[in-house]
Amino acid sequence: MGGYFSYLLDGANWTFDPNGFPTRILEHLGYTAVAVLVAAVIAFPIGLLIGHTNKGAFFAINLGNAARAVPTIGILFLVLALAGLGLVPVIAALVALAVPPILTTTYAGIRSVDPAVVDAARGIGLRERQIVTQVELPVALPIIMGGLRNAVLQVVATATIAAYVGQGGLGRYLFSGLALRDYPRVVAGSVLVAVLAVLLDLAISGVQRVLVSPGTDGRAAKRRTTSRTRRAAERGHDTAQALGSATTTSRHAGSST
Amino acid sequence: MEFFSDLVEYLEINYSTVLEALRDHLYIGLVPVVIAFVLSLPLGFLVVRYGWLRVPLLTLSSVLYTIPSLALILVIPGILSTNILDPNNVVIALTIYGLALLVRTTADGLSSIDPLIVQAATAMGYKPVRRWFAVDLPLALPVVLSGLRVATVASVSMASIAALVGIGGLGQLFTRGFQLGFYPPPIVIGLVLSVALAVVADLVIVLVQRAVTPWTRLRQGA
Repeated sequence: MGGYFSYLLDGANWTFDPNGFPTRILEHLGYTAVAVLVAAVIAFPIGLLIGHTNKGAFFAINLGNAARAVPTIGILFLVLALAGLGLVPVIAALVALAVPPILTTTYAGIRSVDPAVVDAARGIGLRERQIVTQVELPVALPIIMGGLRNAVLQVVATATIAAYVGQGGLGRYLFSGLALRDYPRVVAGSVLVAVLAVLLDLAISGVQRVLVSPGTDGRAAKRRTTSRTRRAAERGHDTAQALGSATTTSRHAGSST
Repeated sequence: MEFFSDLVEYLEINYSTVLEALRDHLYIGLVPVVIAFVLSLPLGFLVVRYGWLRVPLLTLSSVLYTIPSLALILVIPGILSTNILDPNNVVIALTIYGLALLVRTTADGLSSIDPLIVQAATAMGYKPVRRWFAVDLPLALPVVLSGLRVATVASVSMASIAALVGIGGLGQLFTRGFQLGFYPPPIVIGLVLSVALAVVADLVIVLVQRAVTPWTRLRQGA
């Protein structure tokens, strides 16, 4: 088994030269970040708009289904055939991969917001823009972040194909290992991509915990019900919590006056 | 218009290659879904029956799903000592992805059943095994089959990756176009056939679903 990991564990491959792991990891992360950012800039506003107005819902739903059926490497090669070799076509193919999950989940997230909540927001005098940014978006955030995670995972995995057309990234080790029949090199590339994917997934779920209000994804409710079931056992603790929340409420009230 | 005559010309000269690619694609794209579906039923059952299995099995399946397909296809030969060009490497990799999706939906489908119905079936004298096949499974089918649709379409489109490693399938038409100096016709033919295959497979599942779950339409009509 040790032989399989010889390339990955060889310290000489971990130096900051153009073909070392750190360079390739940064390239790979760079492609991923640019592709997902561009996709988010395109898909996010459209998803918000379609979700809020519910116009073009048919488009949003079918885009997701259709996109799943289209092989990404087909798109990549088609873009390359039409636009020529280079990094831009690779990024374009990755953007095409990331747009559908972001767009459809943004739409689905906004649609999932209880209409009564939106009515209430309108009733207390919020403008449409405020309803979107201050009510629908925070409530829909867990679903939207799910779509973003999905997009990042797909792009990280697929960015390996950049190396097939000579654009570097971690796919480099997969394809050169394959060409040289150098299995440890393939293992190194595979392990690095997989670990990168898992780490990015963990990082985004961490960001999600920070960004999403505990009131909207069930965490606060869970805390409340578990504390209620333990009430008999931990009455003292519970009272302390109640006092704590009372002081926060009064502090909020104080700041608004 | 010139493009279309190029397309027709390419098809006329290479139709046997295209057909072979389609046949290989059917094998590496659809066999994994069938295997994953069959395996997901007992696994889904175990997840619902033994609650403590839920978190480890579902976590394992989402971790497996994060492994990039190209990496998995390339690593499998080293683990199973198969030939690196063996199509079964792709079948195994896509089966793992299919399972990762289907175990979750099967478990969701099975746990969405109204327990009162299960109690009623038991009271009517169904033995557990027969009850599972005659009552639990059919009632879970709408959710299970919608998961199967997603898994099938994903599997058919992911199977194109195989060509990057040198294994057959419609992806070979993409690499062919690449080797011909980015000649679009084979790429377009591959894309169209791949999407068509996914759509047809999806349609077949929808028809099967309509046939085996007639009560879901009854409720809509009422």
